[in-house]
Amino acid sequence: MARGTAEGVPEVVRVGGGQGFWGDDLEAPVRQIEGGPLDYLILDYLAEVTMSVLRKLRNRDPSMGYAHDFVTLMERIFPACVERGVRVLANAGGVHPEACACAVVDAGRRAGVGGRAKVALVRGDDLTERLDELLAAGHALAHMESGEPLATVRDRVRSANAYVGAGPLVEALGAGADVVITGRCADPALAYAPLIHAFGWDSSDHDRLAAGAVGGHLIECGAQASGGNSMAEWWTIPHLDRVGFPLLEVAASGEMVVTKHPGTGGRVDRATVTEQLVYEIGDPRRFLTPDVTADFTSIRLEELGDDRVAVRGIRGAPATDFLKVSIAYSAGWTAAGTLLYTWPDAVSKARTAERLLRTRFRRLGLRFDEVHTEFVGWNAAHGPLAGDPPADLPEVQLRMAVRSADRAPVERFAREMAPLVLNGPPSVTGYAGGRARVREVMAYWPALIRKDAVEPFLEVEVLEV
Amino acid sequence: MTTVRIPLVHLAHARSGDKGNSANIGVVAYDPAHYELLVREVTAERVKAHFGDVVRGRVERYELPNLGALNFVLHGALDGGGTVSLRTDAQGKVLSTALLRMEVEVSGAVAEAVRDRGFVPPDWAPEPSHEWDGGQDV
Repeated sequence: MARGTAEGVPEVVRVGGGQGFWGDDLEAPVRQIEGGPLDYLILDYLAEVTMSVLRKLRNRDPSMGYAHDFVTLMERIFPACVERGVRVLANAGGVHPEACACAVVDAGRRAGVGGRAKVALVRGDDLTERLDELLAAGHALAHMESGEPLATVRDRVRSANAYVGAGPLVEALGAGADVVITGRCADPALAYAPLIHAFGWDSSDHDRLAAGAVGGHLIECGAQASGGNSMAEWWTIPHLDRVGFPLLEVAASGEMVVTKHPGTGGRVDRATVTEQLVYEIGDPRRFLTPDVTADFTSIRLEELGDDRVAVRGIRGAPATDFLKVSIAYSAGWTAAGTLLYTWPDAVSKARTAERLLRTRFRRLGLRFDEVHTEFVGWNAAHGPLAGDPPADLPEVQLRMAVRSADRAPVERFAREMAPLVLNGPPSVTGYAGGRARVREVMAYWPALIRKDAVEPFLEVEVLEV
Repeated sequence: MTTVRIPLVHLAHARSGDKGNSANIGVVAYDPAHYELLVREVTAERVKAHFGDVVRGRVERYELPNLGALNFVLHGALDGGGTVSLRTDAQGKVLSTALLRMEVEVSGAVAEAVRDRGFVPPDWAPEPSHEWDGGQDV
């Protein structure tokens, strides 16, 4: 547990990140718990459109709809968490936090912590069933970028969830939960909710809350603040094979140090921390969360050595009256296929194959909303900025992708690339896997909703393991 | 004073990502002394021109002098956004390095000082990994 003072308020609270997305390093949470002192472990499983995928899974099987990897993980780490007093906050609940919580309770019993732990779940973020009621009540849920009303795609909406703030998480921690499971939740709130709980920060402590939001931003993306995906002299960053995910040591004042456990790989310095601070932000003076608006231009960093960086000076302002809503809607069908062409004249062969395919599509009368071509090894990542192809490439991979509102032309496209192995330009290989896989496109519709349309519906339930 | 044009990769490192159909690129000066140079040279207009048709909307620039960093928001840069885009880089994760190709004008002295930055040294080689023979002996 956090080291306590006489008054019961800890001097420092340690919060560590353990997953940056569903599919992240399975060993990272174990390293966080076993590698040194930790009070809270936060796990982020939900990308922008994960909810629509989980909704589809729940429609197929009413017992599903959550990140089941989390249950497997909890069965593994539950005893260590209980023994060391590490409390876990995860948005693994997806569209079915109740089922996730029940599965975690069962996992805890199997792991031998029965009678010694509590699991809390937060619900009320899911607006999918309330959409018509909300639209009728005048909530336009207009697209944040285009301003279009949701009505334009209403009949194709598959999921709608509000990013909830720290309130229900703090309530769950106050009720003694060892594990807090949410559905959609603002990612940084997973990190600052424990700080509010531990330090008793008030909703008007804007500077401290902003520090918590900045801290959450630093540790919610896997190892991106501790040397992962870090560009500055990347070849000198040691032992990424056992990279330590970042963790915060936070004081009640909101001052904090970002670091990682001793003996782990990676690096925490000004460069790695700064790269993460500027990751996926908009206006740095207005970093919006449900509980506070943080000003990133106020952040002061100081390298303390030994993979420790002090983060200070952070200023905050009140949050807005709105929550962000992430809506997913069906937007047609897509498929992508590849063929590998080799020297000599690899690019010329691949370009010839592409023209041949486009001619066939036209002759077959296939209509696509978009046909996209890349030459992997030359311009797939940088597009026109890659310039002309380098002379004499040893090989290049032709990658073509299509999208259409209709499934049929995409299905036909998926059959058109493989035949070129026998019937097109020469020296081609690499069509392993056969046909391109046709999948439904789930588009993302970001919107805002007034807090008072969501917050009264939020509920916390605590289960005994 | 003679000036020369060098790619931004020698002066800054960067990280990019997505928010809907917009991308952001955070550009961080290796040397805080070069931050003002970045402010002068890497304007929103030049970034927009550098990306050409890749960025369909406007480019906004935000300054973070406290971090020696600039943040660029590229509207309409992701071909419909992470799940709709047909690109390999649907989430704009490597738009960062595409921006670092951009040429900026610096003094000869600065160019000389940063000449080797941003690339692995010529004598560098990956450390031998712990040989993994399929699990027989690790």
